[in-house]
Amino acid sequence: MSSNQAPTYYRGYEAIIGLEIHAQLKTESKMFCSDATTFDAGDNENTSPVSIGMPGTLPVVNKRAIEFSIKTGLALNCEIRKKSVFSRKNYFYPDLPKGYQISQYDEPLCEHGEIKFNVGDKDNKYEKTVSITRAHMEEDAGKSNHFGEYTLINYNRSGMPLLEIVSGPDMRTPQEAAEYARTVRSVLRYLDVCDGNLDEGSLRCDCNISVRKIGAPKFGTKVEIKNINSFRFVEKAIEYEIDRQIDAVEAGEKIPQETRLYDPDKNRTFSMRLKEDAQDYRYFPDPDLMPVIVTPEMIEKFRKELPELPIARAQRFVTEHGLPEYDALVLTAEKELSEYFEVVAKTCKNSKAASNWVMTELLRELNQAEKAISQSPIKPEQLGQLIALIDKGTISGKIAKTVFSEMWTTSKDPEVVVKEKGLLQISDTGAIEKIIDEVLAANTAQVADYRGGRTKLFGFFVGAVMKASKGQANPDLVNQMLTDKLNKPA
Amino acid sequence: MIDKKAIEHIAKLARLHVSGEEAEQFSQQLSKALGYFEQISKVETKGIEPLVTPSDMEVFWREDISIKELSAEELVANAPEKVGNLFKVPPVV
Repeated sequence: MSSNQAPTYYRGYEAIIGLEIHAQLKTESKMFCSDATTFDAGDNENTSPVSIGMPGTLPVVNKRAIEFSIKTGLALNCEIRKKSVFSRKNYFYPDLPKGYQISQYDEPLCEHGEIKFNVGDKDNKYEKTVSITRAHMEEDAGKSNHFGEYTLINYNRSGMPLLEIVSGPDMRTPQEAAEYARTVRSVLRYLDVCDGNLDEGSLRCDCNISVRKIGAPKFGTKVEIKNINSFRFVEKAIEYEIDRQIDAVEAGEKIPQETRLYDPDKNRTFSMRLKEDAQDYRYFPDPDLMPVIVTPEMIEKFRKELPELPIARAQRFVTEHGLPEYDALVLTAEKELSEYFEVVAKTCKNSKAASNWVMTELLRELNQAEKAISQSPIKPEQLGQLIALIDKGTISGKIAKTVFSEMWTTSKDPEVVVKEKGLLQISDTGAIEKIIDEVLAANTAQVADYRGGRTKLFGFFVGAVMKASKGQANPDLVNQMLTDKLNKPA
Repeated sequence: MIDKKAIEHIAKLARLHVSGEEAEQFSQQLSKALGYFEQISKVETKGIEPLVTPSDMEVFWREDISIKELSAEELVANAPEKVGNLFKVPPVV
């Protein structure tokens, strides 16, 4: 792994990319009131006088939201501010019923962190470090649905606890940006503080992009692309935007500071609003909320409670399970996948085989079926038992694939499949000898050729014997017995 | 100071309609009021931490428990306009 990646340039330009990730914290109630946070609630079902902005209501901080934010800050190697302040960000929009969003401005909870991750594929990867400028708490706004002559508003999302994680302008390629976002999501899911569901909007990603001529001292004007709902689209939107901005600069145009949206169907970005009249948010400390005081004891307690994070788990997979680094990284990218693998490995006591089966057979089927690991019809214990059956010689590796596909469709235990389908490996030398004799008798010409020196034909005989045994013959025995028979003078 | 232009800007941010005459009038009134408070800026504040809250109280935490007190019907009951249990507002895009 090299940590010094050669810089990537685009037509003589360098791209400067920073990300703002909004993570919805997995609390039971909202940031400043006791409304439920369930995703599938009916219209305005999860609201209260506080979240619809009734006059005279007062916000009260959710303890767990603070805990989750501090844990995330610690996992992102941030400093945790001992005293942080909630501020009002004032703007008028109907999805914000109070006329201001409670956020943090000049005294955010978490600051000055960094995160490391790998970029690139198996053969060409490098380690990248991205700084975390800040991570602050804020409340979400409601949801508007526009119908031309009117707009309908649902405040179920209003007041949902968010942690906004702001990276430094440290990324230089779309791949780095997408990988950074994946890594942050993975950390949030390992911490179990955010479910990371991009479709449901519990993780949202805004990208800031600018381009500059190689060696130019200052960054170009940055453009923000909002609410991209998949990491693949993060990559594509940034790719498009870099090209668009270079085209504009080359044509002598000035890049306006604006917010753009990405259209995945057309694979282009388009302008949503100009930011020219500088947003006048008139931030000031929210007089309804006292400063958040975090004691060193709290920080230590939360630090002790941090689970094993993806990078540490990948390292452990290398040392404890003896996996190659690449396999360890693939298996630990998702928390559930890493846990699945560990159960398989524990059941069969063969980490290398467990890793191979999970990474090739299982991931292939899951991808094809577009299923998450939690939806796998094969439980990890069952996959472990299957591998154990191979290792015990009960079934051959080839038959195991048949058993695997049967398990995939029926969710049955491997022993049951083997019994029902009569797939036990044949290790009875008498039975194998009988099959070999039949195969040799049916292919006398090839036998003569082999004995005449065409030893390459050996594979042909193995194949024929395996086929005749319906794949059930023990391949080691077949190899050994065939060698004996063919080399014995006729 | 608060001139007519500043009043118009504040009115725009607050989504208030202010006539030219009113803007003129408010700018004079607000300038006077703010001028009075300007005296505060003469106080020497070097080395003094910005005050976030005048009380020494710390934040009061709430346990993360969801509670439902009012139904969606009750919460939208006072809306000037609604569709089902959704608030209906003038077009915003």
